[in-house]
Amino acid sequence: MIWLALMMLLSGPAWAEEARPLGDDPVVEARLKTLAVELRCLVCQNQTLADSNAPLAEDLRREVREMIVKNMSDQEIIDFLVSRYGDFVLYRPPLKSTTTVLWVGPFVLLAVGAIALVVALKRRGQKVADAAITEEEHRRVEQLLSEGVKRS
Amino acid sequence: MIPEIGHFALILALCVALVQGILPIYGAAVGNAALMSVAKPAARLQFLLVLTAFGCLAYAFAAMDFSVLYVAATSNSQLPLHYRLAAIWGAHEGSLLLWTFILTIWMFAVTLFSAHLPEATRSRILGVMGLVSVGFLLFMLTVSNPFERLIPAAPDGRDLNPLLQDPGMVIHPPMLYMGYVGFSVAFAFAIAALLGGNLDAAWARWSRPWTTVAWCFLTVGIAMGSGWAYYELGWGGWWFWDPVENASFMPWLAGTALVHSLAVTDKRGGFKVWTVLLAIMAFSLSLLGTFLVRSGVLTSVHAFATDPKRGLFILAFLAIVIGGSLALYAWRAPRVGLGGSFAMVSREGMLLANNVLLVAAMGSVLLGTLYPLFLDALDLGKISVGPPYFDSVFVPLMVPAIFLMGIGPLAQWKKASVPDLANRLKWAFGVSVVSALTLPIVMGNWTPLLSLGLLLAIWIVTTALVTLRERLTHVTGSSVMERLASVPRSYWGMLVAHCGIAVFIVGVTMVKGFETEKDVRMNVGETTTIGDYTFRFDGAHDVKGPNYTAARGTFSVSRDGRETTVLYPEKRRYPVQNQIMTEAAIDTGLLRDLYVSLGEPLDDGAWSVRLYHKPFIDWIWGGCFIMALGGVLAISDRRYRPAWRRETQEAPAAVETARRKYA
Amino acid sequence: MSRFLLPLTIFAVVVGFLAVGLTLNPREIPSPLVGKAAPAFSLPQLHEQDKVFSPKDLEGQVWLLNFWASWCSGCKTEHPVLMQIANSGAVPIYGMDYKDQRDEALAWLNRWGNPYPIVGVDLAGRVGIDYGVYGVPETYVIDKQGIIRYKQIGPVNDEVLANKILPLVKELQAK
Repeated sequence: MIWLALMMLLSGPAWAEEARPLGDDPVVEARLKTLAVELRCLVCQNQTLADSNAPLAEDLRREVREMIVKNMSDQEIIDFLVSRYGDFVLYRPPLKSTTTVLWVGPFVLLAVGAIALVVALKRRGQKVADAAITEEEHRRVEQLLSEGVKRS
Repeated sequence: MIPEIGHFALILALCVALVQGILPIYGAAVGNAALMSVAKPAARLQFLLVLTAFGCLAYAFAAMDFSVLYVAATSNSQLPLHYRLAAIWGAHEGSLLLWTFILTIWMFAVTLFSAHLPEATRSRILGVMGLVSVGFLLFMLTVSNPFERLIPAAPDGRDLNPLLQDPGMVIHPPMLYMGYVGFSVAFAFAIAALLGGNLDAAWARWSRPWTTVAWCFLTVGIAMGSGWAYYELGWGGWWFWDPVENASFMPWLAGTALVHSLAVTDKRGGFKVWTVLLAIMAFSLSLLGTFLVRSGVLTSVHAFATDPKRGLFILAFLAIVIGGSLALYAWRAPRVGLGGSFAMVSREGMLLANNVLLVAAMGSVLLGTLYPLFLDALDLGKISVGPPYFDSVFVPLMVPAIFLMGIGPLAQWKKASVPDLANRLKWAFGVSVVSALTLPIVMGNWTPLLSLGLLLAIWIVTTALVTLRERLTHVTGSSVMERLASVPRSYWGMLVAHCGIAVFIVGVTMVKGFETEKDVRMNVGETTTIGDYTFRFDGAHDVKGPNYTAARGTFSVSRDGRETTVLYPEKRRYPVQNQIMTEAAIDTGLLRDLYVSLGEPLDDGAWSVRLYHKPFIDWIWGGCFIMALGGVLAISDRRYRPAWRRETQEAPAAVETARRKYA
Repeated sequence: MSRFLLPLTIFAVVVGFLAVGLTLNPREIPSPLVGKAAPAFSLPQLHEQDKVFSPKDLEGQVWLLNFWASWCSGCKTEHPVLMQIANSGAVPIYGMDYKDQRDEALAWLNRWGNPYPIVGVDLAGRVGIDYGVYGVPETYVIDKQGIIRYKQIGPVNDEVLANKILPLVKELQAK
């Protein structure tokens, strides 16, 4: 507080008063924020609970704020919402049988891609006798390029 | 009358597109020169016709012709002229016309810069583009006619969505579409090569500049869209992994992979089959994006008003174009030769590994975007896949890609040695690790992600410096300047584009690590402090815009007692659509943005106010522009010039250029 | 299968899903409450404010709970259908006036007709949250044991009434 007052003294005109935060308790607001950015506003097109100004989003924020004040854990708060609105409210889909492909997919994709690349390169190395781009192909490219020039 | 001319021009364009799509391709197949020669004039004529249609629609908007349904639906007599013109692409029908118009621009460009191509190849390319155009013209003429009349005429229009009344609207969609549609050229080159069976290094050489240009447009287009969302949506975010954002990002990832894969094919003749698949993929994903945005299968902040009939049309079109090309690919690709050999650890190998990572990233974005739809279609419930998902799968895929980005340019073609590379890079690595570990501590907030981000950014820059230094020792020239000048432009382009990524990463990392925000209730005269800056609220007053009324707040910002700037955020009300818009005020700076947006008026002149201090955020978009600049440098390289300025050169010079490159 | 056919195959699968996707409504979110006990509440009634409306009083019968508001346009759309149900006497519809103003709600019912034997007042939208309401109108079918059996999102229309709600109500009443 002393530091804050000092800042004000240095920075603003003497009569300036410090504006009050909107929420009563900054700790609660901070937790609300971290929770709300991962929750979906149900009525909006595609917005988080934190960003939306829809009335339902405001109601739900109020509800979550009250649960935070009651000292409920994040999991309890999330369960509260999921039991009413389903997994749809969660922007981070929970890992369950139906979402396994979603969560594992990207890494399977990467693994398959990496293996395919290694296998393809190995197989290729055996097939290609060392003829970089063949001389013939060089000539063809050059010929094609120069043909174009002549034609124009 | 004018709208009818526009409509008629579209019908004529469809006829021309049909001719352009059928005769030259057939002519190329049977070797009939007369049929092939139709392609060029047809493409130019089509361009003129679509230009006419576009001009007619622009005229209808400029003249406020509310007897045209589309004009009445998306503009208003109070709307300023520049937004009326931007309203051309403000909704589905007109943006489709923009799509088609840009497609014909690219076609026209191909007719200008393709004199060096064999006749058959050029005919096939223009033919394929003509066929794509047939689909879009047919779409417009059947279910999305922008010239449809409204009888009796509306007394006034329903106005452009206030969200779109922004300078970003004027420039962002054309840029983005130039990118999307630009990939149609690479696509057409690929299909032409598959049809003709001449998938070779020359094909890669010819496709490269076109792909790079499209990629540059797309990069800039996406960056502009992101910047626009940042200041317009009022919550300070710059990327939300929204389906429509993803729809633009997927072609970008595929396009980026394509740019790199084309390098391998061009220089070493290798992996043609893969490159051609990427070319098909990049454009297919652009088309898929069009479907996602317009069909209403996914919910998005940016989606167009949707209509299942349109969705069905695009899906059928998608199935024909992409399905057809992939079938052609399956048929022709097995016969394509292999090209030069190279070892696993080599420049080629690393470019391809990078390709795998980029494509895996693209696949993840696709999976995440469509997964809710998959589950719903299988009746397994509804879920949301949002930023937390994408952040947690995307970052691990990009980290190795960026690591490789530093090594790749140093590795030799054909075969590189790991110990040698490690030796050359040890300083870059050491410097990166040490500074990544210490910098956050100096800045006062050490988190693993912050360190990782800085590590990657510094790694890119230091390795680029090592690369450049080594390069300079290999080129001739006595002074440093001379040697710098003799490094090819395409090489500079690569380095610049990579450094763009570094700048981008710094932006993302610093914003994530150090941004602060505050929600306060401010009375007149009250102050609040955020990130060294003190904001004093000097009250709000009413102002009147051309087509809105607004409450405009005044905030004096000072730092250490000195006034920095004054910000004027607004809360606007657009009466026609009765919509409230939050217009944030932003003080942009190289090292930080100050962002103020007005919430709601409270009692006795106080307002709820949201303030952000966002360090380095402009580096995010700056990085994208630098990437695009790299692309521009690359295509200005001397070796592409025979294609652009062929008239001025003698034949041997072009051959010489080709030889130099292969030497 | 040739590996060159792989892209085409993947694409065909995606197109299949997209085609199914066109027939779905992404904005309709199924309720996890179907099959669970209807959340309890006790709220003041709209007409007689000193009386209480609670689902406990309705145990032993099948009933509909309809969330509505005078400010909601979809409620106007479904109103004739609700009147039709009320007049037919097939099943009682209890109303829940969601985040509304009392005088406006009363005026609305006076003007268009009142299909509800009792209307509860959910001023703050709390009960709405307990029922997972995300947009009015929404209608719940609740059975004799007080279990939610069906949730209609958006206006009830003739088709939904004839094909879903009425057959379900008959089945539940017969139990």
